[in-house]
Amino acid sequence: MNLSSVAQPRRSLRSRNPYPLYPQWIEIIMRMNHPAKKALIRYLLWVCGSALALLLMASQSEAQMAAPQQVVAPPPSAANTLLQFEDARHLLNRTSFAAQPREILEFTQLTKAQAVDRLLAETRRSAAFPAPEWTTRYERAYRPDMTPEERQAVQRRELVVRGLELKSWWTAEMLSTPTPLTEKMTLFWHNHFATSQQKVRVAQLMYRQNALLRQHALGNFAVLLREISKDPAMLIYLDGAQNRKGAPNENFAREVMELFTLGQGNYTEADIKEVARAFTGWSTDLDTGEFRFRANLHDTGEKVIFGQRGKFNGDDVITMLLKRVETSEFIVGKLWLEMVSPDVDAVEVKRIARTWREANYEIKPMLRALLLSDAFWVSQHRAVLVKSPVELVVGSLRQFQFEVEDAAPFAVIMRQLGQDLFSPPNVKGWPGGEAWLNTTTLLARKGFLNRLFRADEMASAPSTITVATAASLIDRDMMGQRRDRAQARLATVNSNSARASNATNEMMNSPTMAGGGAAMNGVNQQLRGQYYFDSHKWLSQYAKTSEADLLWKTILAGPPVQATSLKYDLAGLRALALDPMYQLK
Amino acid sequence: MQRREFLTATGGIVTALGAGALPGLALGQNVAAPIESPYKRLLVLVELKGANDGLNTLVPYADPAYAVLRPTIGVKRDQVLQLSDQFGLHPSLEPLMPLWKNKQLAAIMGLGYPQPNLSHFRSIEIWDTASKSNEYLQEGWLARAFAAVAPPKSFVADGVAVGSGDMGPFANAQRAISISSTDAFLRQSKLADPHGRAYNKALQHILRVEGDAQFAGAQLKPKNDWKTEFPKHAFGEQIKTAMQVVSASSGVAAVRVGLGSFDTHQGQVGTQANLLKQLAEGLVALKAACDELNRWDDTLVLTYCEFGRRAKENASGGTDHGTANVQFAMGGKVNGGLLGAAPSLTQLAGDNFVHATDYRALYSSVLRDWWRLPESAVDSILAGKFSSIPLLRA
Repeated sequence: MNLSSVAQPRRSLRSRNPYPLYPQWIEIIMRMNHPAKKALIRYLLWVCGSALALLLMASQSEAQMAAPQQVVAPPPSAANTLLQFEDARHLLNRTSFAAQPREILEFTQLTKAQAVDRLLAETRRSAAFPAPEWTTRYERAYRPDMTPEERQAVQRRELVVRGLELKSWWTAEMLSTPTPLTEKMTLFWHNHFATSQQKVRVAQLMYRQNALLRQHALGNFAVLLREISKDPAMLIYLDGAQNRKGAPNENFAREVMELFTLGQGNYTEADIKEVARAFTGWSTDLDTGEFRFRANLHDTGEKVIFGQRGKFNGDDVITMLLKRVETSEFIVGKLWLEMVSPDVDAVEVKRIARTWREANYEIKPMLRALLLSDAFWVSQHRAVLVKSPVELVVGSLRQFQFEVEDAAPFAVIMRQLGQDLFSPPNVKGWPGGEAWLNTTTLLARKGFLNRLFRADEMASAPSTITVATAASLIDRDMMGQRRDRAQARLATVNSNSARASNATNEMMNSPTMAGGGAAMNGVNQQLRGQYYFDSHKWLSQYAKTSEADLLWKTILAGPPVQATSLKYDLAGLRALALDPMYQLK
Repeated sequence: MQRREFLTATGGIVTALGAGALPGLALGQNVAAPIESPYKRLLVLVELKGANDGLNTLVPYADPAYAVLRPTIGVKRDQVLQLSDQFGLHPSLEPLMPLWKNKQLAAIMGLGYPQPNLSHFRSIEIWDTASKSNEYLQEGWLARAFAAVAPPKSFVADGVAVGSGDMGPFANAQRAISISSTDAFLRQSKLADPHGRAYNKALQHILRVEGDAQFAGAQLKPKNDWKTEFPKHAFGEQIKTAMQVVSASSGVAAVRVGLGSFDTHQGQVGTQANLLKQLAEGLVALKAACDELNRWDDTLVLTYCEFGRRAKENASGGTDHGTANVQFAMGGKVNGGLLGAAPSLTQLAGDNFVHATDYRALYSSVLRDWWRLPESAVDSILAGKFSSIPLLRA
């Protein structure tokens, strides 16, 4: 967004460049001979394009957008139907990643219903950030004629190299998307239909599943359930491909009922066996990477499911699952835990679930009912939910408008904090809630936040920026050698450093991260990247406010527990970020 | 009973003793003697995540029914490490054979519970909370033990979950922590700050975690001169972290490590062999480290997981979820050998083994025989009477 009216000059490397739209590092990239170059250039073009588009949008939008970006407490609303500042923040933070002050102010011009409708009106169905180049085509990863060494090399490529590229790409999408609700819901479905690359081991199929989840993230659940049941990554993950007539594999049958639709206790062990039979023959064609029904492996016999008798197939079972009220109630309950409170109100859940069924499982009307429920807005449900690692990391970077060159380090940090994208711990997904926070993860969160708000200070010594950037965010002890190597890689950018070139040699000999052919002058792109926070510019948004509380009211879901006498400076921001309240939403 | 109330009560007794009830005895003791607490005996739990296939771990090789149940993935008779004329270990467990020969390794057979639940998540919750099949408890079984009889407040923590995963048997314990690396923990715990008013449940949780981290950070002093060589894999790292906590702190009652995933629905042979190898290597290092600290005689190691696997192998070269299973105990005081009763391979309940011993008998042995907690406390922690398994040498 256009923040050029902010008086404070920037202190970044780019600010010394006479051509602000053509920063020096583009030159560096242009000189690269590296496969990632194309992607980077595409990304840069996209960033420039998006910036232009946003500038255009901003210039065309209402007066409030063109005015200097100032956060001033809105006057007590005459018509109390308009959202208060805290209410607008609450809605935005529960449904998107942490909102910027300007966005919160925009929403104070709306009523609850208008605000919810606006959130639901504009939602992307595909990612805007360019995906890695290899996602454009499918190629069978593992072939029977491969030697064990070849298989191992492919597995490393799929899991380590491409795995990290995927995580980085999704993180970048979350950081840059204009409709964060889409990503929030994509992540919700990733957690719901949890599938891990650790078992699938084909990055392309993980990517396709992610695209599927995004396409239907705010679309229709019935369609999503049918599609995900035929999704190749899911079929591999839950052994659907192994499920054959006369030799059923129960893995998918059990989880589709326990975790995807009905929930525990709403089916019998006998149902599981019969449902497994109904899904026999649903498998993946490894040559095309597509779903394939193998009729000769399908058990056409009669089954008894939920007391009904018939020659059911997998599609019939899904129809039966969608007819059961437990399915809608189970999923609405899960969304309640994600967006409303840790204590599910069974009566409200039933009401919203009914709305959902009446809307034929269209997700938007259900979300609208959830977000407009009284429970969503009551004060006792504020600051009661623990932020997920993704919400913490992406939210912090978005809210404070960090400039991020490469999202990879942040994907790695989210993994350290317990949320490794594309690798949920098991088919139940991440446990969430208070389980996000134990001594390991809370300390790692605070360590990350503490380092994050030093980014600003580093800018005063530009020559060290490249060295002391993203890798310093990654905790050495938790990452072990990987972090050291990342550091070494960054050090090589400073070409006059002798220590760096030694480190480069070391790094080039290391198979773990270097990923064949991905090295440029010994610098692997995967964990490279700068991040930068201009605290002066960010805080200048508050220059005109006389309200001392507005800073924490933007940043925290409730009054700070520890931070006192807050100043509008970097130390004040760091104190707020380290306050226990910052962990909550 | 609330932990806080109990602490107050215990504190009262200690004060009374110190104030004059038995001053002579107090003076006569060596000042540096370790705290006399039941929890000076260490419990190390090893979760075999995803549910290990016990039938291919403790192999009933002499039973003709075994080859029928496991025609392709069964462990070949000539590869079994023979323990008796009926049973043998999976070959990957070879590093544990010296322990077996020293009678410090026990296999506890036929563990399970009535009305078995075949969901990973529900069944591990049952094991972690020591609940009945149809009973939903919030607190882990060790959390309840520590609430009933509190470990010394000087301990670094009551329980330590190594790795950043779930708290398992320590769930909702008043003073349990998670550590994935002692070095990172020590550095980062400087940022911990427990002060402030917690006006809701989530904040209470955060401030408690901050307090636990601050306290533990002040207690831990890592040992950097191990003679023991810890395996390089992740499980080896976990064992090392666990032993760092044991060696470098004022004390800890229980430590939990984990290895997995054993959820071998397909292609079981290679996966399980690899995991069992890591398990054996890690446990051997654990034993060596305990010896180095002179703690092997007061260490009890127990494996556990949510269930065993289906009696008959599936068509994918794997096994589906099952019921009764075998677990292992090791330690200087362990009554080595085969304990419990192996389930029949032919008298199945549906497709599954029938358990012989309730899994809570294992916990009863820990609480009653290892920690020697009062009988009434054991019964209340386990919400019922469970006879112990003779896990320890008399």
